[in-house]
Amino acid sequence: MSEQLKPIVIAVTGLNAIDSPGPGVAVIRALRDGFPESVKIIGLSYETLEPGIYLHDIVDKTYQIPYPSAGVDALLNRLKSIHEKENLQVIIPNFDAELYNFIKLGPSLRSIGIETFLPTNEQFDSRDKINLYNFGKKFDLLVPKDKVIYQVNELYSCAEEFNYPLVVKGKFYDAVVAHTMEQAQKAFYKLSAKWGLPIIVQQFITGTEINIAVLGDGKGNTISAVPMRKLYITDKGKAWAGITLEDDSLIDLARHFVKSTNWKGGCELEIMRTHDNQPFIMEVNPRFPAWIYLTAACGQNQPAALVKMALGENLEPYQNYAVGKMFIRYAWDHITDVSEFQQISAFGEL
Amino acid sequence: MHLKKNIATSESGFIFNPATGDSFSANPLAAEMLLLLKQGLSVSEIKKNILEKYDVELSQLEKDWDDFAAQLKEANLLDH
Repeated sequence: MSEQLKPIVIAVTGLNAIDSPGPGVAVIRALRDGFPESVKIIGLSYETLEPGIYLHDIVDKTYQIPYPSAGVDALLNRLKSIHEKENLQVIIPNFDAELYNFIKLGPSLRSIGIETFLPTNEQFDSRDKINLYNFGKKFDLLVPKDKVIYQVNELYSCAEEFNYPLVVKGKFYDAVVAHTMEQAQKAFYKLSAKWGLPIIVQQFITGTEINIAVLGDGKGNTISAVPMRKLYITDKGKAWAGITLEDDSLIDLARHFVKSTNWKGGCELEIMRTHDNQPFIMEVNPRFPAWIYLTAACGQNQPAALVKMALGENLEPYQNYAVGKMFIRYAWDHITDVSEFQQISAFGEL
Repeated sequence: MHLKKNIATSESGFIFNPATGDSFSANPLAAEMLLLLKQGLSVSEIKKNILEKYDVELSQLEKDWDDFAAQLKEANLLDH
């Protein structure tokens, strides 16, 4: 009689596979490739219309969890109740806004047998866009000049120093490229009303947009780094198609970042490579990107590697990946029944 | 004149630069010249080859070659 393999139970957030997609569905796809026949995926959702909830060949069971604003206690209580039913082994959070709570809960989760593999609070804060310029200076990384401002009249000194266009950024999300003072002021009011203060004003850098998906082991080693050039960019700035690149300087940049910060977990370096080949780091996203399945497709399955490390394995860095591997995202109308919508809406699980 | 080492070309004229992700389509004659470049032939050897094979005046070939080289340079496909 053959012994049946007990599946690894992994909970994943970010099931919002929409036009500006969360990474959850791509992470799960990579996990199913990495652990064929031996993984059970628990989806953790915030909204009732996150598509991943209804994709039953992707997610085995979904539970709603409280919004980050509800605080760590509410999240811990909900996770404990899910854990009693599902015996979770690893959680992979995929939203920037929820990471602070999950990082804080790391020791509590570990004490009940749930592993995470996340950056420290210090690592998480240091790469925040408010701190990016100092972060670049500290670690000798090329980043655009910026100013963190609290008053609209500070835009004048930004324009004087950086010239137009200016990139006006919200504290958490959104950015506007302003070509005049009027546009910059309008962006300031719009973004501060939406996300609060401060506003970040950044030097505009032109070039080719390249992203690097990176996995660090927390000890300074880069387990994987895969650079991707965006081939098609949506009006929200998201890659709708991309291709893996062969460029040692980009891999070296990722290694330098991981070694300098001892980064633990997945992250995405957003790079603007200028025409004279200077790689500016525009942002560091502290979690896997939505295109993370490309890493699995090209031979470096980062989500699967993260789970192995979370469960205590020591991994050797990946050495190779397929160059010229492309992804092309597509939209698909998934059909479900109102009974499923009712189930997740009324009971918070499906 | 040398193509960058990692540039991939196909007989159909598809050119891929794996360092930048750029891709280009070349017409059949340009594709043939690219393959000869990749094989390491010198510019004069390639021109001789083309003159022997096709009914083309030297002056026309020189002009077309200059255009071709300028496009390769513009596309960042040449070793500096």
